[in-house]
Amino acid sequence: MPFDPAMFDPSQIPLVEIVFWAMTVCTIGGALGVVTSRNLFHSALYLILSFFGVSGYYVLLNAGFLAVVQLFVYVGAIAVLVLFAIMFSRRMMAAGQSQANQQWWVAGPVVIVLFVMLLAVVGSISWPVTEAEPSGDVVNQLGLAFLGSYLIPFEVVGVLLSVALIGAIILAREKTAEE
Amino acid sequence: MQEIIDYIVSLNIPLIDEGVARFIMHLVLASIIAVVAPAMLIILTWLERKIIARIQDRIGPNRAGPFGLLQGFADMIKMFTKEDITPATADRIVYNIAPGLSVISAIMVFAVIPFAPGFVGADLNVALIYIVAIGGFGTLSILMGGWASNNKYALLGAFRVVAMLLTYEIPMVVALIIVTLAAGSMSMVDIIEAQSGMWYIVSLPVVFLIFFLSGIAETGRSPFDLIEAESELIAGFHTEYSGIKFGMFMIGEYVHMFALSFFCAVLFLGGWQIPFIDVAAIPGPFGPILGLISLIIKVFLVVFVLMWFRGTLPRFRIDHLLDFGWKFLVPLSLVLLIGVAVVVRLFAPGSSAGVPVEPGPLSALGTPGEVVALLVMNILVAAAAVALVSTAARRSRSKGLRAVASVEPVAASGK
Repeated sequence: MPFDPAMFDPSQIPLVEIVFWAMTVCTIGGALGVVTSRNLFHSALYLILSFFGVSGYYVLLNAGFLAVVQLFVYVGAIAVLVLFAIMFSRRMMAAGQSQANQQWWVAGPVVIVLFVMLLAVVGSISWPVTEAEPSGDVVNQLGLAFLGSYLIPFEVVGVLLSVALIGAIILAREKTAEE
Repeated sequence: MQEIIDYIVSLNIPLIDEGVARFIMHLVLASIIAVVAPAMLIILTWLERKIIARIQDRIGPNRAGPFGLLQGFADMIKMFTKEDITPATADRIVYNIAPGLSVISAIMVFAVIPFAPGFVGADLNVALIYIVAIGGFGTLSILMGGWASNNKYALLGAFRVVAMLLTYEIPMVVALIIVTLAAGSMSMVDIIEAQSGMWYIVSLPVVFLIFFLSGIAETGRSPFDLIEAESELIAGFHTEYSGIKFGMFMIGEYVHMFALSFFCAVLFLGGWQIPFIDVAAIPGPFGPILGLISLIIKVFLVVFVLMWFRGTLPRFRIDHLLDFGWKFLVPLSLVLLIGVAVVVRLFAPGSSAGVPVEPGPLSALGTPGEVVALLVMNILVAAAAVALVSTAARRSRSKGLRAVASVEPVAASGK
């Protein structure tokens, strides 16, 4: 069929679907790469690809704040720390590491059970879809919720993270001579 | 921008409705930014050489073209035509992705910068987190480049840079939070509009200093240019890169620096605003053009200060640099955060965009009162910080002197 520009309607391009499938390829492909790659550094890079795909979902779901925080926390902080740890602790270019270790026979059944459980949960939920417009300023509402009705959980999480931070510093501190 | 879209729609071209017109408009603007930002490398390197040459009492490039203006083009041609070497033991894919990622991350932050009233790629309400998140990809590209080169110097250089980047990310993020608090929004356009009373460089000078210093560290420029400590690390993480891939890292660095200048101009110097003139109210195309010119002047002012730093300051040592970050900038920024939160709350209605807040006890003083209170708070905190640091320095110095003085003179022997 020849292309007829008069019949072409730009609004018919399924943009959301295209982006969704691109992000799905990123997320699942990245996740597969993490477990199949024989090089730990590559695994960490695939993990970043996967995180990136997830943040793309958030953008599609109109949750821009979550998307940016996903990139900020997971790519900017956690993934970089993971890479840092790998670079410090492994031989450079240590390729050909096995994907399994001696504990595979414990981990295998646990993973299968977890997978079945997740499948059951995903299958049993009737995913509610609302026709309502997404509310405008999510950031303001999030802020008001954090410092209003959810103030105490928010503060408790803050204290928890500070405790973890201080604990890590104390554990990692070099012992001085007089101690 | 809306006017141009309306004009395109009014031409009644088939297939072009408002959505398509908007798409084309954004595509054109994005292409302009994506081309102009790396091309600025040519101008910025020329400017940098000229300025540093003048600071060091030299002339600088003066052979290629008038005032040596074509020097940058000559360098570009040299760089493009150089042999592109990949080390035999390098991790080929990661090695090749890293330079591109560096450029991409530097260009992507321009998406949220408002260039003139109505001209902004995406007025995100999370723009400030966005720029930090995208900066994370720059860090990533350095790690990837350093690791994939399979060279110990490159790896050490990458470690150093990333330790520095992680350190200085904290004061930078806190400075951004303080700006958010003062403006009541994370959108760049709202922040510019919140500065119509007074630019934040006046009301929050110490916050500007923190942001500027940690920004310089983030871009890895002098005096924080440990990346390029030749005597210690050869060339750091890009030791193995040559030709166009090295050029891309260089473009990444300069575009990053250019973006930092834009952030300083937008967040602290009032963006496209001109004192005593309401740019957004000027009809026709002159308002945006004036705004753009005003923004560009401010940007190049910041660029000049960056180059001035490079021409005059010696390089930090790595331990001093980490000490300065962790023991000075981080606590100072946290104290400032608390102070600004208190002051802004006392003046609540003047500084909130969209959030319902009941007036604070000092709200009758209005915006001028808030500016003065913020300024006084900033000066007090800075004075206390400097006093603390100098006391600590004096104590450690006198301790060192006592240690020297307490050494018993050894009696001359041999008589």
